[in-house]
Amino acid sequence: MTRCRLVVLAFSVSCGLLISSARAQSGGELRFSLKSEPKTFDPMLADDDSSETVRYLTTGYLIRLNRQTQQLQPELASSWKVSNGGQTISFELRKGVLFSDGTPFTVEDVAFTMRKLMDPNLHSPFADPFRSAAGDVKVTVKNPNAIVLQFPAPVANLEQLFDGVPILSANSSQNDTAGLGPFVVAEHKAGSYILLKRNTHYWKHDAEGRALPYLDSVRLDIQQNRDLEILRFRRGETQLINTIEADNYDRLAADMPAAVHDAGPSFDTEQMWFNQVAAAPIPDYKKAWFRSQNFRRAISQAINRADMSRIAFNGHARPAAGLLSPANQFWFNQNLRAEETDIPGALKRLAADGFHLDKDVLRDRDGHAVEFSVITNAGNKVRERLAVLMQDDLSKIGVHLNVVTLDFPSLIERISRSFNYEACLLGLVNVDLDPSTQMNVWLSSASNHQWNPEEKSPATAWEAEIDRLMRAQASTTDNRKRKEYFDQVQQIVADQAPFIYLVNKNALSAISPSVHNAAPVVLRPQTYWNIDSLYITSTTAGIRP
Amino acid sequence: MSRARLIAIVFLAITFSAVLLADFVAPAPYAKQFREVPNAAPSAEHLLGTDDLGRDSLSRLLYGSRVSLLLAPAAALLTTLIAACIGGLAGYLGGWFERAALAATDLSLSLPWLFLLLAVRALLPLNVSPIASVTITFALLGALGWSSSGRIICSGARSIRQSDFVLQAQALGISPHRLLLRQVLPNLKPVLAAQFWTSIPIFIIAEANLGILGLGVAEPLPSWGNLLRGLENWPEVKANPWKLAPILMLVAVVSCFQLVFQKREELAS
Repeated sequence: MTRCRLVVLAFSVSCGLLISSARAQSGGELRFSLKSEPKTFDPMLADDDSSETVRYLTTGYLIRLNRQTQQLQPELASSWKVSNGGQTISFELRKGVLFSDGTPFTVEDVAFTMRKLMDPNLHSPFADPFRSAAGDVKVTVKNPNAIVLQFPAPVANLEQLFDGVPILSANSSQNDTAGLGPFVVAEHKAGSYILLKRNTHYWKHDAEGRALPYLDSVRLDIQQNRDLEILRFRRGETQLINTIEADNYDRLAADMPAAVHDAGPSFDTEQMWFNQVAAAPIPDYKKAWFRSQNFRRAISQAINRADMSRIAFNGHARPAAGLLSPANQFWFNQNLRAEETDIPGALKRLAADGFHLDKDVLRDRDGHAVEFSVITNAGNKVRERLAVLMQDDLSKIGVHLNVVTLDFPSLIERISRSFNYEACLLGLVNVDLDPSTQMNVWLSSASNHQWNPEEKSPATAWEAEIDRLMRAQASTTDNRKRKEYFDQVQQIVADQAPFIYLVNKNALSAISPSVHNAAPVVLRPQTYWNIDSLYITSTTAGIRP
Repeated sequence: MSRARLIAIVFLAITFSAVLLADFVAPAPYAKQFREVPNAAPSAEHLLGTDDLGRDSLSRLLYGSRVSLLLAPAAALLTTLIAACIGGLAGYLGGWFERAALAATDLSLSLPWLFLLLAVRALLPLNVSPIASVTITFALLGALGWSSSGRIICSGARSIRQSDFVLQAQALGISPHRLLLRQVLPNLKPVLAAQFWTSIPIFIIAEANLGILGLGVAEPLPSWGNLLRGLENWPEVKANPWKLAPILMLVAVVSCFQLVFQKREELAS
């Protein structure tokens, strides 16, 4: 599954603080599950979900993206200013902030963090977006609380990138573990659990002046089995499930209606695409179908997305309008609408390309029956349902679709190396708001340009135009202008349908009623983004199954 | 004929008739999606309710039974034949052949057959019809599932070889060919039959497991294997007990088969 990385992460206490602090109880332990052992505890290298969770809970940031409002807000930097066309950013640091080991937070820490981040030997995934041109970052300390960072060239969306830069300690003797986040790692038993204890030096306070976080500790149990995760939640042994599948959501809702939360369409998409790789080992006449805009659009028009949302996701999804979800409030092109099912329209488009129906079988102008296979990953019941629904939908325009489920390594081998496939159905997990993070998908030279990866030069005029627009939006810091460019990209993608977007699944989560101040959102981490303002009462939420 | 055996025969007769005449008996085509009523409870229109895509569960059970009742025994027969040839001959001949055969059996048992099957699936063309896919699946299972049975049959053949009546037959000068056909094989029949009958549900379950890994019966064709995948979630089954129909059918059919053929074996002996 392609994963667009970007920033994302943020913390915002403010909303939680507004919600309630009068009744907030300090103490207690919040428990939830990680699906795997974290690959690293180095916050500069975290790129898997579990490492990201630990990073989120234990590190501090200059600027945070408020997961609820999708706006940037000050954190360790009390203010900031971008200048020089996006090449320079100056920070005014918050005073009196201490690391978890008691050492003070200073401009030296920011300088140290940037040096470490940009060290090419570190290979931090968070550094790449800052590398707009060759050269070092120039760090200037204006005064003990003010620092200026100057990059070799303008960086698109510069300020938001700092939502992904955890501040490290330059002077602490324990600079590997000293953090500015609400918790610190206290205990780790490999394969079993990670215990995080409250950072007693954490800088935030609630409206009443009480030190945050309210919780004494967070216990992260390593639990790969989703059924066991739900069982433990039902028993009250854990209090959060960050993401939950639609089937499990409904079952849990039947028993614990107060515990489940549907935050609406998420950023994630389910989509299919046709193999357009010139060297792919598939017949030439099929390549001609797949390269035809009319063919792709006709397939898209024949698909009933509303039924997919209702049946495959039990109503916890919305028909997708394009490459971005409407949940992305700023960047989504509001002119786009999800394609409506239109069988006569689809047949009309196909007729324009010489396709015709012959006794309920669609044939091309040379008489080939239109039959192709779609591969998807085995074991994903929802995706298998989508494929079978699509199989039935396409039969209405005389297309015979073979559904092939493959183990994930075989599937990846086919779509990224041998290109021995015809169509593929997969999902895209978007973790960032900003479209710059999707450069690795939309540039024709990109490796994740899935329908025809790593083109030496754009294969079509519309791909060349997307290249131009993506580069244009990345080279300006004016977000209004960038949005204009990216709206055009979204429109071209909707018109050409290199990816046929199916649905945006909803962000589903479960939170025990004993957890207070929780406000689930669509951005990750959906349930504990405001961890420092969550508190637990003694109410037992669990039920016996 | 005992009453239990009579009931088993009648049940099997009805089942086989129903699955063979599924085109006429089934209330709906197995792939037809009644999208307005997914996961519906039993009703006059859908006697066993519908699945998660709104397909009539009774129709899918009938067609799925047809696939499994024809192909799982075929795979079981294939595996039993291979096991009988290798294990039977190894036990009967003994010596270096037995050692070689047992080494091959051990090797076969130690192979990560799941990965082997995945590798085989990865080599197959993508555009195969559901019928071809189900045939390939069961053929692979049959061809690869002989090793455990082979060991048991080898052990049975060895004990027959060492039995008094075989020694007496050899002392009387009976030819090895005749000895094998008239003495050893008839005495191996119960072991072979047991291996055959126990292989059928194993293959049906194996097919269900392979379906999860992409090697099972391709959609929309039903089989007991992919119908059993509906039982993965126990709370849902508990709330919708009619979803147990495929497993009840499997248990009933396998039990009836064993009842009928076990009695026949007893009568024959």
